[in-house]
Amino acid sequence: MSDFVDILTIFVLAILVGFEVISKVPPTLHTPLMSGSNAISGITIVGAILSLGMQHTTLTAVLGFLAVIFAMINVVGGFLVTDRMLGMFKRKE
Amino acid sequence: MSLAIINIAYLVAALLFIWGLKELAHPRTARRGNGIAAVGMLIAIVFTLLDRQVLSYGAIFVALLIGSAIGVVLAYRIRMTAMPQMVALLNGFGGGASVLVAGAALIEAVGIVERPVTLQLTVSTAASGLIGAVTFWGSLVAFAKLQEIVPGQPILLPGRHAINALLAVATLVLGAGVVLQPDAVWLYWLVVAVASALGVLTVIPIGGADMPVVISLLNSYSGLAGCATGFVLNNNMLIIAGSLVGASGIILTQIMCKAMNRSLPNVLFGGVGVVAAGSSAEADVYAGRIKAATAEEVAMLLDGARRVMIVPGYGMAVSQAQHAVRDLMRLLESRGTEVAFAIHPVAGRMPGHMNVLLAEADIPYEKMLTMEEANPLFEQTDVAIVIGANDVVNPLAREQASGPIAGMPILDVDKARTVVVVKRSLSPGFAGIPNPLFAADNTLMYFADGKKAILDLINAVKDL
Repeated sequence: MSDFVDILTIFVLAILVGFEVISKVPPTLHTPLMSGSNAISGITIVGAILSLGMQHTTLTAVLGFLAVIFAMINVVGGFLVTDRMLGMFKRKE
Repeated sequence: MSLAIINIAYLVAALLFIWGLKELAHPRTARRGNGIAAVGMLIAIVFTLLDRQVLSYGAIFVALLIGSAIGVVLAYRIRMTAMPQMVALLNGFGGGASVLVAGAALIEAVGIVERPVTLQLTVSTAASGLIGAVTFWGSLVAFAKLQEIVPGQPILLPGRHAINALLAVATLVLGAGVVLQPDAVWLYWLVVAVASALGVLTVIPIGGADMPVVISLLNSYSGLAGCATGFVLNNNMLIIAGSLVGASGIILTQIMCKAMNRSLPNVLFGGVGVVAAGSSAEADVYAGRIKAATAEEVAMLLDGARRVMIVPGYGMAVSQAQHAVRDLMRLLESRGTEVAFAIHPVAGRMPGHMNVLLAEADIPYEKMLTMEEANPLFEQTDVAIVIGANDVVNPLAREQASGPIAGMPILDVDKARTVVVVKRSLSPGFAGIPNPLFAADNTLMYFADGKKAILDLINAVKDL
């Protein structure tokens, strides 16, 4: 139970940090913020690597394999497309 | 490598995510912020690979390579006009990964004797399956709508509220089944199946112009799904990163709803955008009061204008007119006219859609004004050029007490001395109501495709 309380604490604090950090974003950055944070949500890759690496059963390995692919598309695609977009945002010369 | 070191690496990664997001929120530092977050992700991945539980690497590297290759291709091949569907698709992959990871974790937990099947594990597994599947399928439907594989208009099934309520109850009951009978793994997959149907059916009735809300909401869900998976695996890294994304998605969703003066339930369940037969209303509004103008007439208007405001909407994206618009801006500026862009928060199909397109055309972001910045300037604007926007400039939103857009904050283009509306026809916008702006005394309708209209206008200005 104490484990659960520990991670619940982390969850609540992280949500609050999220609101605090992102609350004032200019509309120009709404799309990059979305695609960048989207890439961060690919953090499921960590869980996916663990399921695939443990090789518990063939089924879990297959699920892990697919999960790693999915999460990696999310991570790599998300960060790169955000970078590409932000590269276009220019100030007046 | 010891668990303590890995957890410290996760802490570093989490700090980099927070720092990166903070920088991502400011135009000057945004690109660096994205890079910082990417470094955080790299650290998280590398240290996970060093975890003692990871026994073999072959399959992992193959999967990492496949995923990276697909990600790189998507990120560099996608056209900027297709960004909304790209974001939707990436959201979906995140949600799908959560479903798979939670499923695998459940199978492991019930199969390995020494790992206790706790209440936390079963509840969060069911939650991961539910949120992840809704995210995955909801995102795929949003993608298909934006890519126009399925029609963008709302698709309203008879009795859809009852069906959705039934499906929602079914997922909860099945989820309770997962908690009570974790050994029956098939129950988990049933939760996923029913939640998939729910994901499809909740997004299908939502029409094009409400997409900014849906995409930000799905963005939030993809974070929350990762968070739930973190509870399944007892992994702080997933919980922190997932919560950050969940929070940012919720904030964006709120901003979008506020910009339409609608509640989230109204967007999700309202089915706005079903075009009612309003021909008589249209005839009343437009009858004999529409003034059409040619490129030459608009060019003469622009000759000597001191301040011009361009108001882009989804139509600019559809006709790929952003580069032509940039050329017009430069031409007018070379003639001494001040040009700026007024951007409504929900213009386009995702938050910030217009800003991305204009940035692609090398328009500096200082020229892109928010609604709050632009509205006080319209009174001193000589010519406002509306290109591909409709509902977000409809004065009915200010005047009517009821109706699909009543109370929605709009860009006050009608306060400009002259308004030029570039549009192919008088067809209504997404809300399906006529726009009195088109019939206003100071409005000229310039009927043409957006890109062609601007190119013709550029030539006409050059010929002055």
